[in-house]
Amino acid sequence: MKEKKNSSKMAVCLLLLSAVIIIALMVGSYHISPVQVIQTLLGNGNKLQNFTIFQIRLPRVVLAVIVASALGVSGGILQGITRNPLAEPGMIGINAGAALFVVLWIWAGTTDYYSTLPLFTVLGMPLLAITGSLLSVGLIYLLSSKGGIRPVRFILTGIGVNGGILAVITFYQLSMSKGDYNQVLTWTNGSLWGSSWNYILLTAPLVILLIGAVLFRSKNLDVLALGDELAAGVGLSVAKERLLFLLFATFLAALATSVAGSIAFLGLLGPQIAKKLTGPAHGKMLPMAALISSILLVGADVIAKNLFSPIEIPVGIVVSIVGVPYFIYLMIKER
Amino acid sequence: MKRNTIILTAAGVLLLFAGMILSVHIGAKNIPVSEIYRAFFHYDDSLNAKLIREVRLPRMFLAILVGGMLSLAGTMMQGIMRNPIAEPSVMGVTQGATLAVSIAAVSSFVSGVYGNFFMALLGAAGSGMLILIFTMGKASNQSISRILLAGTALSTFFLSLASVVALLGNRSQELAFWVAGGLRQAGWVQVGIVASAGGFFSILAFASAAKINIISLGDDAAAGLGISPERVKLRIILYLVPICGVCVAAAGNIGYLGLFVPHIIRKLTGNDYRRLMPLSFLYGSTILLLADIAARTISAPYELPVGLFTACMGVPVFLMLVRKEKR
Repeated sequence: MKEKKNSSKMAVCLLLLSAVIIIALMVGSYHISPVQVIQTLLGNGNKLQNFTIFQIRLPRVVLAVIVASALGVSGGILQGITRNPLAEPGMIGINAGAALFVVLWIWAGTTDYYSTLPLFTVLGMPLLAITGSLLSVGLIYLLSSKGGIRPVRFILTGIGVNGGILAVITFYQLSMSKGDYNQVLTWTNGSLWGSSWNYILLTAPLVILLIGAVLFRSKNLDVLALGDELAAGVGLSVAKERLLFLLFATFLAALATSVAGSIAFLGLLGPQIAKKLTGPAHGKMLPMAALISSILLVGADVIAKNLFSPIEIPVGIVVSIVGVPYFIYLMIKER
Repeated sequence: MKRNTIILTAAGVLLLFAGMILSVHIGAKNIPVSEIYRAFFHYDDSLNAKLIREVRLPRMFLAILVGGMLSLAGTMMQGIMRNPIAEPSVMGVTQGATLAVSIAAVSSFVSGVYGNFFMALLGAAGSGMLILIFTMGKASNQSISRILLAGTALSTFFLSLASVVALLGNRSQELAFWVAGGLRQAGWVQVGIVASAGGFFSILAFASAAKINIISLGDDAAAGLGISPERVKLRIILYLVPICGVCVAAAGNIGYLGLFVPHIIRKLTGNDYRRLMPLSFLYGSTILLLADIAARTISAPYELPVGLFTACMGVPVFLMLVRKEKR
């Protein structure tokens, strides 16, 4: 009975996602009707429609789904291992570390990455971002470990490290030319601006692989979420498992950041809503979180792209404008 | 303890005085000290004298006032929240003011120096209200993680909105300068407003030091002594809002200063807010004055954001405080 209810919820969410995706493919400076969108997807579009959808809008939507799934699962893992419903990769410095490295990279003079996208840049950005976020997680880990990692201390240290990294980013941002600066701003606040099939080919397999690995071990995550004593009592090597999941969460957040900048609060919202729908078991909750985050991000991107057209605002800002009131609501409710 | 305080005060005053002279002396053009003396007592129309009167002096005074007031605000916040990590920029109050200022910068219905001040006050009041909601709860709810998460979320929110406003008005880089903090806009008007409005509420705040002492013992102890903790907290937050507002309007977002200055002073003189608050003011002034000199000179002729220096000093203290957390 319960199983059936869950799968029907999943189906509803999938329907919602396809609806948002179709809207995302429809709207823009060249409007395409829903029927035409479906026809084009089935291979019956004219030249202009084919180009708009397959070369411009579809990569962006697919990238949004990949990024959102990665961030949603990453947030879900972090909330599990820290046992704090408010933990989120953006707030505890994982995204900032990745962002710092990419900002340094842009600052060092590779400014043409928006226009030409040479292969090296395409490969280099994710690697760089992953290096950056691993370093920042390593730093947070070192600073907060004192006879083992306490979840709360980990989060708070993350917030501090985040603040420090953001100050350094600001420093580099300010010495850029106005054009570069606006690009970096769009980037540090999260944007799907530079989406292309190249990025998707690179990130999609990795993200799917990582999410698969997390789901495969999701039972251990359930046990960790019960608390250290209980987990140790069941015979789980708490420190090792926590580190492993932390690495998974970091890699996922880093991959997302490398292609879409730092999108805050998505990793908070997705898992939160998913938990309400499916209950706390991570095996069911994490896929749902990926799905919900995707709906949110694709929707937010439609708003970011079209609300003030032709000016595009960073999609991460749209997400935080929706996410923060919800966050505050959670905080007030929690007392 | 008493001797400590005297030594600390004397050292602070000396440092501040040295900083004041340095601040007028150092710049794109180093002005000899004898000329500084002349500009005060034998004023003529020479370029140096004008430079001192119109540029260097207001900037020096603004650094002193803003640095002192931000540290004072941090000290009071830590006192009423009984939380060593509370601080205007960590709690999102300065970011609320930043949002309001960015709205003022791109819109036409408020403008000029007074418009900026008015909007900053409005923004600080808005974010101050939200802090009020979070702090008025039971003491058990005021764990560091809770307050911090709330503050972080609020600051992200306000800065996101400010970024949208700035992007739409094509002013985003100016906004970034604002967010990074700096005293480039210092003039006598700014000094006047900060000194009068901020000064008024700072004096009221100093007068409440004894009350904060009692509040910082705990709500029950305060109630036992016949003081309503809620009323005192409310009053202190009402003082905090205009102080933070004028500081942001005049100098942007200078983070972490209010976090580490009171923390260090607390280590040296203890928890008596009647000593803690004036000393924090003194050292906040001195540190911001010196940081501003560094910001102007390190990569001259470019100016570095002074908030970078305060963050460099504040973040390590922040991390240390977190490390000491029991949980």
